[in-house]
Amino acid sequence: MKLFPIRGGVHPEYRKELCSEKAIVALPMPELLYIPLQQHIGAPAEALVREGDLVKKGQMVARGQGAVSAPHHAPTSGRIKAVTQVLAIHPSGLTQLTIVIEPDGKDEWADLPAPIADPFTAKPQAIKDRVAQSGIVGMGGAAFPSAVKLNLGIQLKIDLLLINGAECEPYLTCDDRVMRERADEVIDGARIMAHALGAPKVIIAIEENKPQAIEIMTKAAASQPNVEVVGVPVQYPMGAERQLTQAITGLETPSRKLTADLGVVVHNVATARAVQQAVRYGRPLVSRVVTVSGGAIREPKNVDVPIGTPVAKVVEFCGGFTSEPARLVNGGPMMGAPLVSLDVPVVKGTSGILALTAEEVKERPTSPCIRCGVCITVCPCGLSPVEMAPHIRKDHLDVAAKLGVMDCFSCGSCSWVCPSHIPLVHYFNYAKGMLAEQDREQKKIDRTKDLAEAHAIRIEKAEEAKKAAMAAKQAEMAAKQAALAAQNQGASAADDKANA
Amino acid sequence: MSTVYPSKTAPFAYSANSVQKTMTTVLWALAPATVFNLYLFGWPAILLFAVTVGACAAAEASCIALSGRPATSTLGDGSAVLTGWLLAMSLPPWAPWWIGVLGAIFAIYLAKHAYGGLGQNAFNPAMVARVALLVSFPVVMTTWIVPHPLFSANAPSLADAFAITFGSKPLDAMSSASVLGFVKTELSRGIPVSQSITQVPNLMDMAMGYRAGSMGETSALLILAGGLFLMARGIITWHIPVSVIGSLFLMGTVFNLVNPARFTDGTIQVMSGATFLGAFFIATDYVTSPVSKKGQLVFGIGCGVFTWIIRTFAGYPEGMAFAVLLMNSLTPIIDQYTRPRGFGRTSKGEPLPLKVKS
Repeated sequence: MKLFPIRGGVHPEYRKELCSEKAIVALPMPELLYIPLQQHIGAPAEALVREGDLVKKGQMVARGQGAVSAPHHAPTSGRIKAVTQVLAIHPSGLTQLTIVIEPDGKDEWADLPAPIADPFTAKPQAIKDRVAQSGIVGMGGAAFPSAVKLNLGIQLKIDLLLINGAECEPYLTCDDRVMRERADEVIDGARIMAHALGAPKVIIAIEENKPQAIEIMTKAAASQPNVEVVGVPVQYPMGAERQLTQAITGLETPSRKLTADLGVVVHNVATARAVQQAVRYGRPLVSRVVTVSGGAIREPKNVDVPIGTPVAKVVEFCGGFTSEPARLVNGGPMMGAPLVSLDVPVVKGTSGILALTAEEVKERPTSPCIRCGVCITVCPCGLSPVEMAPHIRKDHLDVAAKLGVMDCFSCGSCSWVCPSHIPLVHYFNYAKGMLAEQDREQKKIDRTKDLAEAHAIRIEKAEEAKKAAMAAKQAEMAAKQAALAAQNQGASAADDKANA
Repeated sequence: MSTVYPSKTAPFAYSANSVQKTMTTVLWALAPATVFNLYLFGWPAILLFAVTVGACAAAEASCIALSGRPATSTLGDGSAVLTGWLLAMSLPPWAPWWIGVLGAIFAIYLAKHAYGGLGQNAFNPAMVARVALLVSFPVVMTTWIVPHPLFSANAPSLADAFAITFGSKPLDAMSSASVLGFVKTELSRGIPVSQSITQVPNLMDMAMGYRAGSMGETSALLILAGGLFLMARGIITWHIPVSVIGSLFLMGTVFNLVNPARFTDGTIQVMSGATFLGAFFIATDYVTSPVSKKGQLVFGIGCGVFTWIIRTFAGYPEGMAFAVLLMNSLTPIIDQYTRPRGFGRTSKGEPLPLKVKS
């Protein structure tokens, strides 16, 4: 298949060999599970259980609220120990409302929704409802509710479902293993999603550093005429939605539009498998495969982890640390979030837990920019990091916005390559956060202003109406008085006449 | 485990690149040409080279000390050594010691640290120094000598060299004009280029460096080899060298075809003077050249055209240093007009129009 070049990108040390040959192993059920109400982009879910309630595996414990949200389910049977504030898996280190489950060890399934016998004749809406009900979110890391993405087929004509098996982040091998060990399920799930979207074609894109996955997936897809497995060049960030879409279709997604506007919807391989499980067996998303890797992990593994397991338990299962890690990361090293603690729970978007040594990270003190311009060469967005960073340092955020900082998706290529070790992405994240905040503030101000103006106009109109009414009344009065006066005059004249 | 707040967002992986590595690679690329030229011009050249590089390093150290930073912070990155090295290569090899020291003062104090140090200077420090020296001491700075290779019969001994570099031994007896200088002088005497050019060293000698000139001007082939090494290592790309040399060659060739009596041909333009040193090592200076590839092409063409204009029409026979400085001054503007097109945007920065599907 003809592929198209993507701009920029880097070739970090992938170190996937630490985990790529490790088959997925299930984590023994931990003593406690912590199910945060917000594990996804959108509104947090609302708890349906209270302390002391007994739950079964797969039972919904929190329901989605609003258009963009996702419900959560009990990963095993047990008792609700508490619904309370627990440290979230977020770099802010803030807590959030979390359902704490004490497993009973029986792992009993609840009464699950009936399997959809033939998904390809089922109504697309039935599949979307099932996906929504099963709490499935994008498992590549973004954790966007999948049902919302499947709804894109309603307003837009979708030509292609692109299944993202690029896994371009270093270290991560969870998608690789899922494809190698559960190829049929992934392809079945992809076809079900394509049916829900009304997409006639499915392409599964896999980076060429995963030859076994490509081979196994190609074999598994052989019997499906509308499913194609394509190897894509190893070039970080190939797995980014817009970049992958461009590599496969040659189409460049316009700024502020979605790939769906071009007729392409992208879903992760693990998401496809989760959809298959929900549709074929009625099983909600209660566990996921997590790559536990890095130089400081004693035995790197791909672990099937129940959602809500504390990270510490997962690390312990992998033999703990060989040395004090320099960095703990939730996700991949390029775009992952720093882990503030090992006490936080694994959530639906956790693709990796990395404990990296200082030698692996190669973090060094920042030195002055020498304007080598390599950051421009590698930027997949066509931005000029060398120019934006100094403006942001001086808090000239409006200039940075004009230079396109909001187009940056924090892939990390510029920071990775910078010979002066300037934390460019850190600056851009700061600018994006501040600009978004300013935007919200501005919207609020505008709304207040609109309301105030509308109020003023209303008052003015009311005053005018009042005045008009007054004027009319006065006029009426005047007319009446005039009439009266005329009458009186007439009367007095008559009187006069009479008197005369 | 307690909560540890991260100091930075991702990435948590970095390449092995560093400023020091970049500078060291450039020094390695310069080494073959330098060693060969030090051999060609003998002990006085070695002494001047040592003085110039040493003075630049000392000047850098004093500036850093003055700013209250540890001396290792930027001295260790090798940028000052590189500046000194390039400056030394642009000087007449038998120039006296104070030329090197003054050059270091111009380069490091005035052209670099007065602007704020590494990465902040608008103009190439080595070229600022060279031009300042050239306009201040035109005689010393244009006293070229023909090569006197080390250990050859007429090479100066170490003692002679000390007298040349640190004493005031006159050089007149041994001096010679550079190729471009000679052609220019002859032209001013009414001798057409087509005639004078027959008396300059043949192209092979020019390529190897057996001719009068500054240390880095001669031996175009070794400089070229160094430049290609830099490209292979990804330190520089082809954009600036090719556009500099290409535009200079084109200007030379076209005008030579029009009037061979007045204009030297493109090959002479490319093979003489500091063309190769300038194209591969001076114009490609990161700090003072544009950051985008498109900008680098504009910059390179500007350097080539200005070099040709200055060499051909101005009072100085050599033009590379002036041309680079002129283009340095345009770098910020070039940068502004040659930003890459953003993903999903038009070249004006508007979102791409959404193609309506049929």
